[in-house]
Amino acid sequence: MGKSLFTKVWEAHTVRTLPDGRTQLFIGLHLIHEVTSPQAFGMMRDLGLGVAHPERTFATVDHIIPTAKDARLRPFRDNLAEQMTVELTESCRRFGIRFFHENSGNQGIVHVVGPEQGLTQPGMTVCCGDSHTSTHGALGAVAFGIGTSQVRDVLSTQTLAMAPLKVRRIEVEGVLGVGVYAKDVILHIIRTLGVHGGTGFAYEFAGGTIEAMSMEERMTLCNMSIEGGARVGYVNPDETTFEYLKGKPYAPHGEDWERAVSYWRSIASDGDAQYDDVVRIDAREIAPSLTWGVNPGQVIAIDEAVPSPDAVPEGERPNVVDALKYMKLEGGKPIKGQKVDVTFIGSCTNSRLSDLREVAKHVRGKRVASGVKALVVPGSQRVKEAAEAEGLDDVFREAGFEWREPGCSMCLGMNPDKLVGDQLCASSSNRNFKGRMGSPDGRTVLMSPVMVAAAAIRGELADAREVFALKGT
Amino acid sequence: MALAEIKQVRGRAVYIPGDDIDTDQIMPARFLMSVSFDGLGKALFYDARFGRDGASKGHPLDDPRHQGATIVLANQNFGCGSSREHAPQGFHKAGFRAIVAESFAEIFFGNSTTLGIPCVSLPHDQIEALARAVRDDPSLELTVDLERLEVRAGEAVYPCQIKPSARDGLLRGEWDPIAQLLEGQAQASALKDKLPYTSW
Repeated sequence: MGKSLFTKVWEAHTVRTLPDGRTQLFIGLHLIHEVTSPQAFGMMRDLGLGVAHPERTFATVDHIIPTAKDARLRPFRDNLAEQMTVELTESCRRFGIRFFHENSGNQGIVHVVGPEQGLTQPGMTVCCGDSHTSTHGALGAVAFGIGTSQVRDVLSTQTLAMAPLKVRRIEVEGVLGVGVYAKDVILHIIRTLGVHGGTGFAYEFAGGTIEAMSMEERMTLCNMSIEGGARVGYVNPDETTFEYLKGKPYAPHGEDWERAVSYWRSIASDGDAQYDDVVRIDAREIAPSLTWGVNPGQVIAIDEAVPSPDAVPEGERPNVVDALKYMKLEGGKPIKGQKVDVTFIGSCTNSRLSDLREVAKHVRGKRVASGVKALVVPGSQRVKEAAEAEGLDDVFREAGFEWREPGCSMCLGMNPDKLVGDQLCASSSNRNFKGRMGSPDGRTVLMSPVMVAAAAIRGELADAREVFALKGT
Repeated sequence: MALAEIKQVRGRAVYIPGDDIDTDQIMPARFLMSVSFDGLGKALFYDARFGRDGASKGHPLDDPRHQGATIVLANQNFGCGSSREHAPQGFHKAGFRAIVAESFAEIFFGNSTTLGIPCVSLPHDQIEALARAVRDDPSLELTVDLERLEVRAGEAVYPCQIKPSARDGLLRGEWDPIAQLLEGQAQASALKDKLPYTSW
C-alpha cells in the first residue's frame, strides 16, 4: 500500500517515540522572527541551554518593522520595536544564526523569504513561531506553526514533540473562471469545510487545478490552510516545484541538484496512497469571493448577499448576529457597493511578484478613488527590487497607491500601519478577526489582490470582472 | 526538569461564550510588543473587556461574581488563528489552570498543555449546562479530573476528552517535553546526518 507525502516525511524525520506517545520529530528548517522568538532565547538562558544546530535556523524581521522608508532608520521610533529587533539581532550573533536583517537586501516576510531563498525544499520538515508556516507546504514540505516554548525546543534540540496528523486529500478539478484566483480557491475551501474542519488534519491539495498553479499560487493556497483549522497544507512536488527552486541561493547546485530532485520525487505521495479523507471540489463553482464576517470561513461570492441571521441554522445564529454587528453590515443585503476606507495589498498570502504583476496589469492607467488610502507592501526586499526593475512601482504610484518597504504591515497592525476607528479595509491578507489590523473596531474584508485593487479604484467593494472588464481568453 | 504532576484542577469557573474565539481576541497583537511574557494577565481579552476610554464593557472576566475563577468554559474551536503563545501565557498569568471547551484549535491546545494548562472537551449541551450552573451559582466549584477523565460540578459528572499524549504528559509531570527532547539529542544528531538534504 502506498504512502502519502506527509507519512513519508514524518517517518524520515522520526527520531524516536517519546514516553507520552508523541514523536520526537527532527526539524529540517527553522525560521524565526522578532515577535515570538526573543522569549525563547530568554527561556534557554534560564535553563542554561544553547542552540543545537544553528546552521538550520534562519532569522528575519517582519512583524514590527515600519514600511515607510524614513521610519526604517534605526533606532526605530517605537522603543519596543527597537528592543525586539535588538534582542533578535544579538541572539543571532551570539549563536551564529544567519539573519536577513533590514540592510541585507534579503529581508522580508518570513514565509516569502524562505521559499525565495531556496531554504524551503520538498521533503523537509519546516517550522516557525508563526501559524502561516503552512505556506511552505507549497513546495512539498511538511510545515507548521509552533508556540514560543516550541521555538525553544527546536533551537535547543532541533526537534519537537508532535503527534502525527491525519491526511485529507482535497482534489480540485477544472479550469478557474475569469477573475478567479488561488485566493478564491482557498476561501471557497474554507467556506465549504469550515474554519475548524481541518483540525487534526494535514491538507494535501491535489488535482488538475492545483497542478496547473504556479508555485506562488500554491503558496497562497497552503498559507491559509491554518484558517481552515489544518496546521499543515501541502502540494506534492513536481516539475513546477523543481523549476522554481533551480538557481535559488540556498537550493542545491551542481551534482547535489540531481540527487536532490531524485529525493524530492521519491517523497511525493504514491498513486495508491491511503488517505483519512478525500474531498472533491469543482473549480468551475468557485467565484471571486470575499469575507463578510469576522473569521475566514464567513465567505460569499462578490455578487451574493450577506447572510441573514434568519436564513442560517439556529446553532450558527449567534455567531452570524455577532459578526454582522461588528462588521456593521445588514443581513440579506448585497456586499457589493460597501464603502471602503483603506485597501491593503500585501502579507504572506499575497505579496509576491506574480501578485503584484497581476494587479499592476489591471490598474495601469486607472486611479484610486479619492479618500481611499491604498497600500502596496511587497513581501520582501527581493520582491520589491524585482518589481521595481519591471517598473511596477511606477504603475502603482501613478494610479495613486503607496509603494512601501517589505514587512507584515497592516495584516496584523504591529507596525505603524494600522486601521483607525472602525475603518473598513479591503485586504489581500489572511485574517479578518476582530481588531486584527491594529484598531479594536477596525473591519477587514479578505479577497484576492485584484479584487482589492478593484475596491481601491471604485472606493467600494466591487466585482473586479466589471471594474477591469475581465474577459476569458 | 521536575514538573508537578497535574491530576486534577479544582476551582470556580467563568464562561466566555462564542464559537471560533481567536487568539487575536484573547491577546490583541499590540500586547505582543515585548521581549518577555510579563504582564500579559491584564491584557487577556483586552478589547472585548474595555472600551477606548478604559471603561468596562461588562465582559464575563470582569464580572465581580467570577473573580478568582481558575477554570474557563468555552465553545467550539477555542483559540483558533495565530500561534502566539502569548494567549495561553495570558490565561496562566491571570490565574487560570484549566480550560473546558467543546473543541480547541490545535496550536492553542499544544501551547496550553506545554504550560501545564489542561484543555478538555465536552459536548455542546454539557458546556451549556455547566455555563448555566456557574451563572446561577458562581461559587460552584468544578473539578477537572484527568485521571478519571471527567468534569464534576456538584451532582453532575460529565465524561470528558483530551488527547491521550497530553493527558499522559500532565499526569506524569512531563507536560513540558524539553527534558525528554534533550535526552534524545544524540539520536537526533545521528538522524540529521542521515537526511539527504543536510549535506547539500
